[in-house]
Order: sequence, then structure tokens, then C-alpha cells
Amino acid sequence: MATRKSTKKTNVSADELKLYYREMLLIRRFEEKAGQLYGMGVIGGFCHLYIGQEAVVVGLEANSKEGDKRITSYRDHGHMLACGMDPNGVMAELAGRFDGYSAGKGGSMHMFSEEKNFYGGNGIVAAQVPLGTGLAFADKYKGSDNVTFAYFGDGAANQGQVYEAFNMAALWNLPVIYVIENNQYAMGTSQQRSTSTRDIYTRGEAFGIPGEIVDGMDVLAVRDAGEKAIKHCRSGKGPYILEIKTYRYRGHSMSDPAKYRTREEVQKVREERDPIEHVRGLLLANKYATEDDLKAIDKEIKGIVNESAEFARNSPEPDPAELWTDIYAEATA
Amino acid sequence: MPECTMIEAIRMALSRALKEDPDVIIFGEDVGIDGGVFRATDGLTQRYGASRVRDTPLSETAIAGMAVGAAAHGLRPVAEIQFTGFLYPALDQLANHASRLRNRTRGRLTCPLVLRAPYGGGIKAPEHHSESTEAMLAHIPGLRVVIPSSPARAYGLLLAAIRDPDPVVFFEPKRLYRAIREPVEDDGMALPINKAVLLREGADVTLVAWGAMITEANEAADQLAEMGISADLIDLASLKPLDRGTIRSSVEKTGRCVIVHEAPLTAGLGAEIAADLAEHCMTSLLAPIRRVTGFDTVMPYFRLEAHYMPDAARILKAVHNVMEFA
Repeated sequence: MATRKSTKKTNVSADELKLYYREMLLIRRFEEKAGQLYGMGVIGGFCHLYIGQEAVVVGLEANSKEGDKRITSYRDHGHMLACGMDPNGVMAELAGRFDGYSAGKGGSMHMFSEEKNFYGGNGIVAAQVPLGTGLAFADKYKGSDNVTFAYFGDGAANQGQVYEAFNMAALWNLPVIYVIENNQYAMGTSQQRSTSTRDIYTRGEAFGIPGEIVDGMDVLAVRDAGEKAIKHCRSGKGPYILEIKTYRYRGHSMSDPAKYRTREEVQKVREERDPIEHVRGLLLANKYATEDDLKAIDKEIKGIVNESAEFARNSPEPDPAELWTDIYAEATA
Repeated sequence: MPECTMIEAIRMALSRALKEDPDVIIFGEDVGIDGGVFRATDGLTQRYGASRVRDTPLSETAIAGMAVGAAAHGLRPVAEIQFTGFLYPALDQLANHASRLRNRTRGRLTCPLVLRAPYGGGIKAPEHHSESTEAMLAHIPGLRVVIPSSPARAYGLLLAAIRDPDPVVFFEPKRLYRAIREPVEDDGMALPINKAVLLREGADVTLVAWGAMITEANEAADQLAEMGISADLIDLASLKPLDRGTIRSSVEKTGRCVIVHEAPLTAGLGAEIAADLAEHCMTSLLAPIRRVTGFDTVMPYFRLEAHYMPDAARILKAVHNVMEFA
């Protein structure tokens, strides 16, 4: 793929573009900090970083409205930040602390916010797809025009329950947008080695679900495709599939032997297709921002991320009595 | 008060729940137009509409998953799985999501769903249509497991399960669907969902059972009474969480305990009850605790079913054994 040129854009305002830049940068810096804290032993369990995929969630959130829902799998930190959840609460949860979104009991893969309509954070690959379909079912039943973003990866696309859900969503015209974040690797197995279909979204055709491929390294392309999908769903036409081609720079998790791809491959994407550099280039080329403006944003983001790390470190560990809370409505200890 | 069967009592409870709460929805394979494989939902789609009593594709994983998602967003889904053997694809959603949503969200999101499934043997059906898998589900923290043993308890416990804020697996002893008739008032009264029921009182031995085994244990208790041996008979009703207190106080009184279940012996719920009694009632025990159960075999085809199922005769034998001990 040729090096992308940052050219002038007419369909985006300076404020919008700066917002996307800021949000993508927040995710990247947050994830870099999480990686650091994991290395230092502050974060335990597993930790799946979103670096490289930032344009996907930021682009899709650009057209969401109050009451829309999102649910995803275990690579979920970006989704939470993009829908407005508090970085402090997310980082504290990663560190297993009491002030985390799940009181230190859910960890990286299991955070929720009813306020932001974020339904997890789910560790079982593809199991969130029927859950998201159920959320959309409830919205339709209640007569709202809200939509649900059900995110899953190219790896999850080979689980049977995805297609059970596709069938029901199509059958009942449910307002769900299936977002396939195709980062090309299911842990260490490339799409070519795991998936019979070249374009995964075409599997929706069997169910009558329309879909398309989107360049996930271009936040504006994602935003525009998202707008179309949201309009489709909100107007009662049923589900829609966005297969967003993206790329994960880091390993699957923090321990990844990386034998499945070359350093050069990763380097090439970083240099030529990085979603943040892309927007940075647009901002400068269109004179929407100066280098100094961008430095100020970088500084602000750095402050937010450092504060989240401090917050996490200073938050107490959950009390052992927490083992017994929230198992059933009534106490069972 | 009208007399009805268990299947009618279940239908009555479902209808009552649909009527009193617009958030209650029913879905599953053939629950709509056909009224369910055992007719538990007969007529409900005609009465409440196909959007509330909905036929689904044959997709157990997604039925359970959709129920979890819908419950997380405020509905109260009552999903039907046709037989316990068809429940396995749904276990992923029950174990990994339904049972843990409360814990993962500090109680801010809950999962008030009910998953109904006919369970147990006695209707000459093949293995996966006749098994008793309650212990497997009772092992999952965060799930409730409830089993009625009579029409009246089916009505009251099912209403309780639907109104409960936590996910409930509601196993219905299909052998009893049409075997017993008793008066059931459609009064909307739920039964407590965390209490065992002391069905008859005695002094010599405690019988613990649930589901269709209550009928056998009751028959055994009748015969014992004729021999001058009186039994407490406890219907567990709620298997998880387990009402340990009711069992312990009975055994502290009688000093003897026989536990009856259809499920295989090893790691069945009887093992948990026996261990609990050994830990807490040691000094009250006059005899070893005995279990009368199915065997560690595949649930047999119908010609051999009677050899597998615990019955009053096997229960009597076990009671005589503990009575002879002391």
C-alpha cells in the first residue's frame, strides 16, 4: 500500500478533526501507559492493547447518540475511552483496585458503564455478539430508535454463535451494527490461515444483511461508513455489517512471541498508515491547527493519562469481604 | 379452587407474569404458535402477541445470549430450552455471562432471566431428553437453580423466579407435568425462592429429595409409616442457593438422612448435602448418610429406564439400612 498523503479535506470541520485527534491520542497514550504499568506489575491478569486500532471506535462514536449501546470483546479499553468512560476508573480496574469500574473484580476484560451504555468488556470470544443482539432486541421491544454497536474481531467471526445472532437479527429487523474489527490476526493466526472467506462481511449476504469494507486506519472513512450504518439501523431497516480493516501494532496480549508476522510488516503500517499521524497531517495541511496547538493537546492527554496511573496506584485494593458481594441480590456469605 | 396439573400451573404462572409486567417476554423453539414441546405456553402467543411470546430459530446459544442482553437492558426474558440435553450450547452464556453480570458491575447491572427446561426421566425418552443435570448448573456461582415438585409449587416458584433479580434455571420434572392434579389458586402469590419445604414431619429419618423424586420419597414415607417409622420429607425446591439450615435442623432431630436424586451419584447434589451434614451435624448423626441416586452410567433407553430410576423400593432399602445401623 502506498504511503498515504495528507491532503485537504472538505467534509470535516477543524473542531471535529481536533476532537478525533484528541480522542485517538488519548487511547494510544493510555494504552502505552497500561503496557508500562503491566511491565511493572501494577496491572495483572491479561492486558490486550488497542494501539493501532484507535480510528475504529473514534470514527464510529462520532455519530452515536444518547442511549446507543456498545458491547465488545476483551480488547476493550479503546471502546470505553471513546464512549466517554473515565480513564481513572478504567486504569484502576486494570490494576485490580477498588475504585475501578468493577471494584477490582472485573479487570481488563470485564468493565461496564450503565451511564455510558457500555455493556462490556467480555472475555469469551464472540459471546458478546448474541448479547449485543439481545440489547438491540430490548431497544426495539421498548420502541426506542437506539442502535447497538456489537464489536467483534476477525477471529470471533469463525464462531458459530455469530451466525445464530445474524439470523435472528435479520429475521426480526433488529437495530444492531455488527462491527468486525478485522486486525488480520486471531491471536497468532492470520486471516488467510483461518478464514475461508476473503471479505468476512460477505457472510452477512447469506442472511440478507448488508455490509461493506471500511478503511479502519482512516477515521473519516470510518465515521462516514458509521453514519450510513447508523442511519440504516435507526430507520428500522435491520442490522448492518461494517468490516473495518485495521491493524494491531502490539501483540495479542502482553506475552506474544510474535512469530506470525515480521517486524517489517508492523513497521510499514506504522510508518505509512498510522491513523493518528494521518489526522495530524490533515490538521496541519488544512491549517486547522499549528504544531503548538497539537503540542498543547499532547500535553493535556499526557496529564490525563498520568493522573489515571496515579489514581490507580493510590486506590485501595478490594477488601477480602468483596469476594462475597454481588453474587446474588441477597448476601450469601 | 380449580384443580390443575403442573403443566397447567406453569402456563398459568407464565400468563400471570405476562399480564402483570410488560417487560416479561417469552421465547424459545416452538413456544409460540405450537405452544411449546410440552404445551407449557399453549395459547399465550395468541393472547399476548407474537412480539411477547416468540418462536425462535433452533439456536440455543443465541437464545441464551439474547436473553442475557435483553435482561441487561431491563427486560425479563423467560426462555425455554426444550430438553436439558439441548442446554449445553447455552451453558457458555449462562456460566460466562448471565451468572456474572451482577458481580462484574458491582450490582449496577443484573440479569433477571429465567431459563426453563423440562428435566429428568420417566417418560420413556432417550438419554439427552431424560437427564438430570442440576448439579452441573448448581455448581455455577450466581445462578439460581429451582425445581418444583407439584403444580402449586410450580406456580409459586416460577412466579418467584420471574420476579427475582438474578438468573434462574428452572428445571421442570416432565414426568410430573400431567401426573398430579391439585388445587392451584391463580392469585399471583410467589413462593420463597431460597427455602426448602418440609412436606411431612417425622422423628426417625430425614428424606431429602426434589422434582419427581418427591413422589417416590413420599410413597416410601407412606410405607414406612405403616411399619412404624416416621420420616421428615424435605423438598429442596431451591437447589442453589441451598437452604442448608432446614436440612440441618431436620437431621439434628432425626439423626438419620437419606438423600434421593435421579442424577448420577458422583458429584451429584447429594454429595454436597452429605458433606454439609458431616461437617455440621456430626454429633447428631446416628447412622451413615445414604444416597439413593441414578448410576454413573449413561441415562438408559426406555427398556432399562426402570432399573436406573430410584424408586420407593430402593428408598425403603436405604432407610432400613440406616435404621438397622442404630
